[in-house]
Amino acid sequence: MAATIRTVTDLASTTEDGVGASPRRPDGTLKVTGEFAYSSDLWMEDMLWGATLRSPHPHAEILGIDITEAVKVPGVHAVLTHEDVPGEKRYGLEHRDQPVLAFGKVRYEGEPVAVVAADHPETARRAMERIRVDYGVLEPVVDSRRAALDPDCPRVHEEGTLPENPEHNPRGNRLRYQPIRTGAFSEVAGSQERERRVLERLRAEADVVVSSEYEVGMQDQAFLGPESGMAVPAEDGGVDLYVATQWLHVDQRQIAPALGLPQEKVRLTLAGVGGAFGAREDLSMQIHACLLALRTGRPVKFVYDREESFYGHVHRHPARMRYEHGARSDGTLLYATAEIIVDGGAYASATPAVVGVASSLGIGPYEVPHVLLDAYGVYTNNPPCGAMRGFGAVQACFAYESQMDRLAEELGVHPVDLRIKNAMSQGSRIITGQEIDMPLPMAEMLRICRDLPMPPAREDLADPSDPRILPGGVAGTTRGEGVVRGVGYGLGLKNLCFSEGFDDYSTARVRLEVSGGEPVVLVHTAAAEVGQGLVTVKGQIARTELGVEKVVIAPSDTQVGSAGSSSASRQSYMTGGAVKVACASVRAEVFSLARERGLVPDDLPDTDLSLVGGKLVSATAGALVSLVDLLGEASDGGTVVERTREYHHRPTEMLDPRLGQGASHTQFGMCVHRAVVDVDVELGLVKVVALDAVQDVGRILHPQQLLGQIQGGSAQGLGLALMEEIQVRDGRIRNPSFTDYLIPTILDTPPMRIEVLEHPDPHSPYGLRGAGEPPTLSSTPAIVAAVRAATGRALTHAPVRPEDIVGIEL
Amino acid sequence: MEFLSPSTLEEALEAKSALPEAVPIMGGTDVMVELNFDRRRPPALIDLTRIPELAEFGPEDGRIRLGAGVSYTKVIEHLSGRAPALAKASRSVASPQIRNRGTVGGNLGGASPAGESHPPLLATDATVELASVRGRRRVPAREFYLSLRTTARREDELITAVLLPEPSGPQQFAKIGTRNAMVIAVTSFSLALDSERRTVGTGLGSAGPTPLRAEAAEEFLSEEFDWEGGTSPSESVVRRFGELVAAAARPIDDQRGSAEYRRHALSVMARRALSWSVTDYRKGVTRCA
Repeated sequence: MAATIRTVTDLASTTEDGVGASPRRPDGTLKVTGEFAYSSDLWMEDMLWGATLRSPHPHAEILGIDITEAVKVPGVHAVLTHEDVPGEKRYGLEHRDQPVLAFGKVRYEGEPVAVVAADHPETARRAMERIRVDYGVLEPVVDSRRAALDPDCPRVHEEGTLPENPEHNPRGNRLRYQPIRTGAFSEVAGSQERERRVLERLRAEADVVVSSEYEVGMQDQAFLGPESGMAVPAEDGGVDLYVATQWLHVDQRQIAPALGLPQEKVRLTLAGVGGAFGAREDLSMQIHACLLALRTGRPVKFVYDREESFYGHVHRHPARMRYEHGARSDGTLLYATAEIIVDGGAYASATPAVVGVASSLGIGPYEVPHVLLDAYGVYTNNPPCGAMRGFGAVQACFAYESQMDRLAEELGVHPVDLRIKNAMSQGSRIITGQEIDMPLPMAEMLRICRDLPMPPAREDLADPSDPRILPGGVAGTTRGEGVVRGVGYGLGLKNLCFSEGFDDYSTARVRLEVSGGEPVVLVHTAAAEVGQGLVTVKGQIARTELGVEKVVIAPSDTQVGSAGSSSASRQSYMTGGAVKVACASVRAEVFSLARERGLVPDDLPDTDLSLVGGKLVSATAGALVSLVDLLGEASDGGTVVERTREYHHRPTEMLDPRLGQGASHTQFGMCVHRAVVDVDVELGLVKVVALDAVQDVGRILHPQQLLGQIQGGSAQGLGLALMEEIQVRDGRIRNPSFTDYLIPTILDTPPMRIEVLEHPDPHSPYGLRGAGEPPTLSSTPAIVAAVRAATGRALTHAPVRPEDIVGIEL
Repeated sequence: MEFLSPSTLEEALEAKSALPEAVPIMGGTDVMVELNFDRRRPPALIDLTRIPELAEFGPEDGRIRLGAGVSYTKVIEHLSGRAPALAKASRSVASPQIRNRGTVGGNLGGASPAGESHPPLLATDATVELASVRGRRRVPAREFYLSLRTTARREDELITAVLLPEPSGPQQFAKIGTRNAMVIAVTSFSLALDSERRTVGTGLGSAGPTPLRAEAAEEFLSEEFDWEGGTSPSESVVRRFGELVAAAARPIDDQRGSAEYRRHALSVMARRALSWSVTDYRKGVTRCA
């Protein structure tokens, strides 16, 4: 795989495997050899198996639940319903609207109604078959546009059913409505009639106007390790939960009230996580396992199977979008309007925050003087949707990039030139008025991307009829007939770290001591390693900051302060930042210890000192003392230096509810993609030939892991472009399996040439920029643009289906 | 659930006779999925992997006898010359791991309309061999598929082999999937030209409740095709052939594709398969001359 990485020169350190190097992951060998213990591998001799009875209906009243026969099944230890939830009966990430176990109504297909603990999964299954639930089936609310705009649409949550959040009820099914008005639109905001007149004036002023509707389907995170974990009852009446999750402390904050326990009696430890991508931000089996463990006095393990997993976590919000752009004949953008409706499904999850991102980034990184944008997040009886890599920015990006291509076509200019013409850069303000106060070399990135070498033509390959290089692959549908090549570009702007006024922080505990005759650093955080490689990066930062090669990473648990979520591309920034400041504090303590002992000449300031290669070193006077001599063996009464520090990023603001203005984001990241595809235009099948990317990451911490992030994000975007969609009809999922929910195989995933730029962000640790999400935004529109170029079709739905390419209406 | 592990075919047939609901298992690539997903709870499994005869293949009276337990991988490795359509179909099955385990016999047992083996067996006029304690019998593949997942196999019978005619002309197989590997057929098509009998065979997968033939298309092409010289059929003949293949389909709209797309794709695959066959046929004619 071709890849170019610019090396980090100013961080070069004499300590091996520090920041900028590519040390091996501590868990890498175990994962590759299949020995790594994932949460589904948890095992205790006396454990019980939990199972979940789910609603077969997307919308129904619960008229009665009878567990009598289920309890009688030999081997069954507990059958619980909502009546057995001792504390708060609802939970939720942002709004506490989701029942622990359904009561009154079920609002989506697959909603948990009862849970069983039994001595064997088969026993639990038999018991579930004997639970009788009487449902009064109701018409589901499934049309997100109607839910957003029709005041007569039936309500998914009736008035008064959310006592802790009554204010949403007057808005009906709208979870959040966020308007944004800039330029001439801001002066007439609130009056539809005057807004319409402004729009008409701008339309008249524009030389070219393009408008279209776009749809993004419901994508699944498709992690491979299903929801699983084990709850173990503790002697103090509390519970210890081992679970695969993305944010231990936010789980704890939701679990404890449901159990009626104080937070400190619900202790969480991160179990092996088999992928996350946002799907583990919400609770799945956590409260259920704890309830059953506390009821039975036995450890209780849950493992969802693949089909259940499709009902057990939130998905990416499907979006319906209407866009209009007006430009002058030279390509300068004049105005844009957008209506974005994201379907949150039955419960809120992260929908309000997704609306915050989709709206604020809704026009992308383009200078547009006049913008009118309305974004809605709604309740329906469709599957609940929440966090997924890209988080609202993915959906908007597909629409605004498609619009840029249409404009370029109308104007007869190269799509890259149109983008460069309207490109934002450092100092630009996005449509919320927030200044981009960090490098944003968008035009440079576009030029680099356009100039990357093209893949060879198929005819120039050794065997041009090898089915593996053709659309349709090994199924042999073409030997070249109907195959047309297309090229497309896409880019996306993503906010990194949490936004909109959230006090986002992470905590790290760092301990330096001498053990076994050498200095050792222990790093302890609650941050979730979900595969992204934070576990490696934490060690690299400790090595660079403390000049000690041996670093031990403690298991992540709630015995240390919150690390925040492993999402929003934020952990290198936030937990990396926390480890860095904790290390700095440890280092300062080491310096003062050395001064106390007279080992540092008085005229040397701290800025002259550093820890390198296990020694305290002066830039002017050379090595002063080894850490072994300074601290002494810990087990012999030597000094142990330990510091716990929190790291907060700079504060952000809520968007104002009228004009959508405010500095809501912490950091911005960007990736630019060029896709080359071969399309069988008669059969509607696609082979992506190349998917090349240019991304600015500020500073590279771990070159190899960074490439993995960009490749993975690009592949996930490829999936959304060409195949990944949870098909929902009448509130029901039609394809809850990896047989029918297709994700790219290696034969679908092309070589990727990746150019990484390093323009440091002055506000972040090491100047780094979150890297995981931006490629997921840009690869989808780039691929769809390439398919459009090959086919000449409008292709307004992602993923593009074979029917769309051959022109069959669905 | 009982797990029976006979070491001879006779023992297996006795077991199947004594317990007709018992499910035979070979590679387990279908059966285990159904068990794991709780779609099926048979009283017993009959493991056929220890019966040597089922794993054998070789010539028999001018045909290839393919034991029901021969893996797709072996079909690809050893039969791409003598059973080209079936070998091409085998190549498109799932992943290498599944091709190492899965068998043509298992495909016939499950009789899913999406099974890759069926269209080639129909197109090439293969024969299915069935055995029971009552004896052996042979059923043409073209009479084997009765209705959705129901076949001519009686409940006490096991599928023991498939008999593949020696090819006497080009054979094709193509399958539509919305990704480039590891995919269940959206629809599939197989074509076989028999230069000796001057007949055309077709097979359609995922195009109806059972694997199907396009008989009108077969008759049309066998009459129109230039069996002597192998000249390219006219564009209108090619198009008509595609239309007749599509017209034989009885597809549904489902999560894998729409009925209209399936018909469309079948006509495209039929036209392409015909043009590939004509090219191959002419090479054959030239060689003979």
